Amino acid sequence: MNGLTFDIAHLLAGSLVLISFMMLYQDRLFALINVFALHAVVLALSVAWQAYIQDAHHLYITAGIALVFKAIVIPVGLHRIIQRLGIHRDIETAVGIGPTMLAGIGLVTLSMVLMLRVTPEADPLAREDLAFALSIILLGLLVMVTRRNAVSQVVGFMSLENGLVLAATGAKGMPLVVEISVAFSILIAFIVIGVFLFRIRERFDSVDVGALDDYRGERR
Amino acid sequence: MISTVALLLCGPAALLATAILAAAVSRHTAATRLVYGAAFAISAALIAIVASHLAGNSGEASATLPLGLPWTGARFRLDGLSAFFLIVVNLGGAVTSLYALGYGRHESAPHRVLPFYPAFLAGMNLVVLANDAFSFLLSWEFMSLASWALVMAHHRDEANRRAGTIYLVMASFGTMALLLAFGLLAGPAGTYAFDAMRMAHPGPLAAGAVLVLMLLGAGSKAGLVPLHAWLPLAHPAAPSHVSALMSAVMTKVAIYGFIRVVFDLLGEPAWWSGVAVLLIGGVTAVLGILHALMEKDLKRLLAYSTIENIGVIFASLGLALAFKANAMPSAAALALTAALFHVLNHSFFKSLLFFGAGAVLTSTGERDMEKLGGLIHRLPVTSFVFLVGCVSISALPPFNGFASEWLVFQAILRSPELPQWGLKVIVPAVGGMLALAAALAAACFVKAFGITFLGRARSAAVERAHEVDRWSLAAMVVLAAFCLLAGILPGFVIDGLSPVTLSLIGDRMPVQMAEPWLSIVPIAESRSSYNGLLVFAFIAISASLAAFFIHRFASHALRRGIAWGCGFADAVPAAQYTAVSFAQPIRRVFGSFAFRARETVDMPAPGSLEPARLKVDMHDLAWEIFYEPIAGAIDFATERLNHLQFLTIRRYLTLVFLYLVILLLVLALWP
Repeated sequence: MNGLTFDIAHLLAGSLVLISFMMLYQDRLFALINVFALHAVVLALSVAWQAYIQDAHHLYITAGIALVFKAIVIPVGLHRIIQRLGIHRDIETAVGIGPTMLAGIGLVTLSMVLMLRVTPEADPLAREDLAFALSIILLGLLVMVTRRNAVSQVVGFMSLENGLVLAATGAKGMPLVVEISVAFSILIAFIVIGVFLFRIRERFDSVDVGALDDYRGERR
Repeated sequence: MISTVALLLCGPAALLATAILAAAVSRHTAATRLVYGAAFAISAALIAIVASHLAGNSGEASATLPLGLPWTGARFRLDGLSAFFLIVVNLGGAVTSLYALGYGRHESAPHRVLPFYPAFLAGMNLVVLANDAFSFLLSWEFMSLASWALVMAHHRDEANRRAGTIYLVMASFGTMALLLAFGLLAGPAGTYAFDAMRMAHPGPLAAGAVLVLMLLGAGSKAGLVPLHAWLPLAHPAAPSHVSALMSAVMTKVAIYGFIRVVFDLLGEPAWWSGVAVLLIGGVTAVLGILHALMEKDLKRLLAYSTIENIGVIFASLGLALAFKANAMPSAAALALTAALFHVLNHSFFKSLLFFGAGAVLTSTGERDMEKLGGLIHRLPVTSFVFLVGCVSISALPPFNGFASEWLVFQAILRSPELPQWGLKVIVPAVGGMLALAAALAAACFVKAFGITFLGRARSAAVERAHEVDRWSLAAMVVLAAFCLLAGILPGFVIDGLSPVTLSLIGDRMPVQMAEPWLSIVPIAESRSSYNGLLVFAFIAISASLAAFFIHRFASHALRRGIAWGCGFADAVPAAQYTAVSFAQPIRRVFGSFAFRARETVDMPAPGSLEPARLKVDMHDLAWEIFYEPIAGAIDFATERLNHLQFLTIRRYLTLVFLYLVILLLVLALWP
């Protein structure tokens, strides 16, 4: 493999991890969604680059799906939701930013150590890609765990799905069906969760999932 | 040419069809007759098929259905062992159906019994025919669930619901043990067909684990101590004919499972495997019959006595394992034949006794012996056949119980030839336990018969009792005849069992039909022989001679006098010997150890008019030592884990996340 193509793929995947880190410390909803849009754009670039170097033209479709749906449709939709709900105020993180960042670093280290250890025979590009993808998935989970707002949990979930797409495209010969299904699952999740948000709003006048807990009579 | 197994599989299929039909028409008045009639016909047809197969000497037959696991299919096979157990199951099924043709009419909730009864029979047939682990376990669970539904037939009774719950828990536990045992037998290759398991010889550790798991799995269904706790609750809770089927037949299906795995699939046993089975069998026999002696509920007494007989059978199987491990095939064949013979005999007399208990229950509405008594005047035929059952189960010649238990002791007497000192010591000790159990069983059934049928009626219901219907009587008379026939002609049964021992052990007992005068000679003429026919003939001739002489030569002058009242002035029925008082000496001797029984006398103050009371405090140690701590631990754990059910969404996510991270960490740090 050409050194440059490897470096560029590495760069794009690495920047995805970096953008996942950026998500960890965004404490405003609009900023979080913008960072997510950026995440999706870089994902689209990365997938397109994979399509180019693997000479797999169907991956361009995946890149297109990522760009159109995740970088444009979903962020715009979420913007609208936020405006209609009228929650432009600060989002409270459940855990402080410092510990969250430290935990994120730990997770990335873990996924690197693990992936490089368990895949010694694999193609180096796929190896790095898998390690980055696992980092992104774990960081997405971390976003979901550290936020209380339903919208930011949705964003965390979708960045997790981005990690899955990255892993799927990094491996050669993965059929297109998988990517399309992944993309659609995200869209469906988005729609369902969107509906869910309005339901919560209608009933509790808030999208703080804490309201659900209050309704169930639980203590946090 | 359709194979025998395919023909045999039509039986369970027809039974299942009957079950579905029964569910549809169960509220109709003719449904009882229809369902039990069909079950009788199908069971009889299955016996006929097996008999014609055996008569034709066709050897083994097998069939594979395209069901079940895709790479195994549903395999079924008929060999000597399964043919024998098929006969046991279907003889039990046929006679029980005959009995139920009459008894079932008294059923208060037929729609809860009729659909499950044929399904239960079908499940037992399928277990015996199964030739791969998947079909075996599926049929086993089907059998358990159908019998559970029958136990729960009268679910409005709180005690029955408790029995059902405990039965369900124990049945699941047993199946789990069986599942693990088959998993070990299948090995890493995952070959679930019995044929492949037979080829694979597991290592000593795996073989030991399989033996323990089979003792847990089959033993919990059969009722080995300490896994017996459900049995005396569940068996009596079902309608009497189902109790008979569960006690006399389902426990035998469990024994079939044990023999199939331990003798057939597991290969050569180690000598210590016999020790474990022997000891458990001996303890089960003694504790089972002690419990039965303490009991005053007739059906529970019979259920506890089933535990004793299972103990005898398992002890004999353990002996067969020990002999087989030491390359003494003739002794092993003797022990295995004794065990199988006892399986057959127990299925006869336990069905008979449960039928008798059912007849008593329908005619008086009572199961409590303390309220019965004097029934011999009201139910002459029932009491006579019940007496035959009691004599058989007490192992008195010339009936069948004696023949099989005598064979067991003949096998025990060969123990000095064993090379291991451990076995040389343990086998006679277990023999002593079995002898004790046999003696206690005789006491127990003297009590069961004497208190129930002799003496004077203890309640008004008994005085109004009248003989049961003809179907029930016919079933009981048939079984009594079987008991006598198997007792006076044991040679037929022993020779009939020779294909089983030949295939499982590689040897057989000497041919008994060749002996003169229908004697049985288990080892050699110089050692021991028994002739049931001769004993029977002697008893019959001497009794008729005595009767003849008395009637012929004794004085015909009739003199009626007052019966001696044993010093009691007012002979009220309550002053008779009761079940509890009959058992008191034995309770005093063994109870303080086995049940921690304590007697306290509550003596009123002088001048007080209150009666003095004797209170007996007994504990079921198996329950207290094994079950209560486990139940307590489960309660504690569920109490602790309960709050996990009410976490916030974010906490659940965090839990999943942490678990994932821990998993990845383990993977990363694993050397």
